[in-house]
Amino acid sequence: MKKNEAWLLPQGIEEALPAEAAQLESLRRQILDMYASWGYQLVIPPTVDYLDSLLTGTGYDLDIQTFKLIDQLTGKSLGIRADMTPQVARIDAHHLKREISRLCYIGTVLHTRADGFAGSRSPIQVGAELYGHAGVESDAEVIELMLRTLSMAGLDKVYLDLGHVGIYRALAKQAKLSAQHEAELFDMMQRKALPEINDFISELQLDGDVAAMLLALPELNGDEKTIDRAITVLKAASDDVMRALDYLKQVTRVLQSRRSDLNLHFDLAELRGYHFHTGIVFTAFVAGQGQEVARGGRYDEIGEVFGRARPATGFSTDLKTLINLGDVAAVDLNTAILAPANSDPALQILIESLRADGEAVIHLLPGQQADAAVMNCNRMIQNIDDKWHVVEAK
Amino acid sequence: MSEIITIALSKGRIYKETMPLLKAAGIIPKDDPEKSRKLILDTNRDDVKLVVIRATDVPTYVQYGAADIGVAGKDVLLEHGAEGLYEPVDLKIACCKLMTAGPIDYKPASGRLRVATKFVNVTKEYFASIGQQVEVIKLYGSMELGPIVGLSDLIVDVVDTGNTLKANGLKPMEKIADISSRLIVNKASMKMKHERLQQIIEQMRDAVESE
Repeated sequence: MKKNEAWLLPQGIEEALPAEAAQLESLRRQILDMYASWGYQLVIPPTVDYLDSLLTGTGYDLDIQTFKLIDQLTGKSLGIRADMTPQVARIDAHHLKREISRLCYIGTVLHTRADGFAGSRSPIQVGAELYGHAGVESDAEVIELMLRTLSMAGLDKVYLDLGHVGIYRALAKQAKLSAQHEAELFDMMQRKALPEINDFISELQLDGDVAAMLLALPELNGDEKTIDRAITVLKAASDDVMRALDYLKQVTRVLQSRRSDLNLHFDLAELRGYHFHTGIVFTAFVAGQGQEVARGGRYDEIGEVFGRARPATGFSTDLKTLINLGDVAAVDLNTAILAPANSDPALQILIESLRADGEAVIHLLPGQQADAAVMNCNRMIQNIDDKWHVVEAK
Repeated sequence: MSEIITIALSKGRIYKETMPLLKAAGIIPKDDPEKSRKLILDTNRDDVKLVVIRATDVPTYVQYGAADIGVAGKDVLLEHGAEGLYEPVDLKIACCKLMTAGPIDYKPASGRLRVATKFVNVTKEYFASIGQQVEVIKLYGSMELGPIVGLSDLIVDVVDTGNTLKANGLKPMEKIADISSRLIVNKASMKMKHERLQQIIEQMRDAVESE
């Protein structure tokens, strides 16, 4: 007979045992409380949704990442959410008729392929979105919220990378690239594959100025001076590019006025989420981790499909990654009180009052061996002189 | 900034041909991997270490940030995919071609072709791009044997001189891609260790161009 493997989980799917679950839950509460204190209201989008609305404006990457099934009631395709952002955008655009709304969310999403280092296919996505304002202040607020989220997990030394997808988009437009060529160039840009970009540009015989700018773009990364460098190098570009650079400068100024110790980095060819984002994009890295820990950006058009085009900006991260990389204090589980198996009404009253005070009280079952340590109890209730007392567990 | 920069290399040809380029960037290993059993080599710079690993593992190390930069053949990169990597410099070393090859008297037969290769993804993509459905047989080496023993109709492999093919009664057929080694960089490292990495990248690029 085959060995019993019923305990085995699918690849990239994890379960959290009590110690880790307590940590996750504690961090979850702290983060949501913090969002609430900034006026971000919690929404709970469904786990399963129509595929069409899950994949709105998100491009091919999310399509591959989404598990699909058929709704037997309608014959339509359903998807298990791989990213909650489009769902939250729908909630904002369709249900909440507000001028500005601030929403936050947390929940498990499912990915067909693991993309993180830990190889998880079921991250706990947590994030916040701000709708209805197109401007520096809303982006700066969302970035600040992202940094505080990381900080709650003990990730204080964060490298913040800023980019703006409008720059590549405007240059591609200026070069009059066909959709096919733009996609090819996009792939090379993401890899900063200069030799290939060089070949590509000479093959298409692009005009001198645009060719030089496209070739310079992958190298426009580094510290703050990058933007000034870009203003010189990209001076032949359309006004859109200058506006994007100016926007980055303004956001930088606001961020630096709030945090003097911020590690800022710029990468003007950073195009992650290009199909989805419309403006500034930001990514957080921490030392020792080869992949990003949180990311976000502006996506002003997604609401249109849901009935209302809205400016939007937001970020998200993964609660499990925060726990793994961060420095979240372990939750002390050995804090319960052990109560003997006894039906004395006086004992019952004591137990109830302890529980009302927020204590955990474990009532022994008849015949159960009392072992305080195994049962995570550091105290126990004893009968001394006909009265019930809480004493230190032995 | 005292954080270590780790460079991933594979033994053999790539290692040998990368050394002059690293030297141009001021990096000289203290040990020779052909003589030493060490997997991590110290260099003249306290903040730079080399790891010597299998060629196909180099992109994985760099992708996950176990190494900050690495040198990998374009063949390996095409097969592995470039998620999480930058490939800013063509080092123009370890040059060869990725090609299809078949028996000298090869005649296209009807039906589905069987192709033996270790480059499964590239092979599928290549044949799909020319409108041909093929059955790919994954092998780890000695692909040339495939057509001889009737395991496959064609093979896809890197071809340098073509001598191995000739010795086994095969001929190179279609070129899929020109192959050379690339300098690859982890995306997060590029942002967090930007200054030092940018310097190494530029010095190596200059060294390539001055040759």
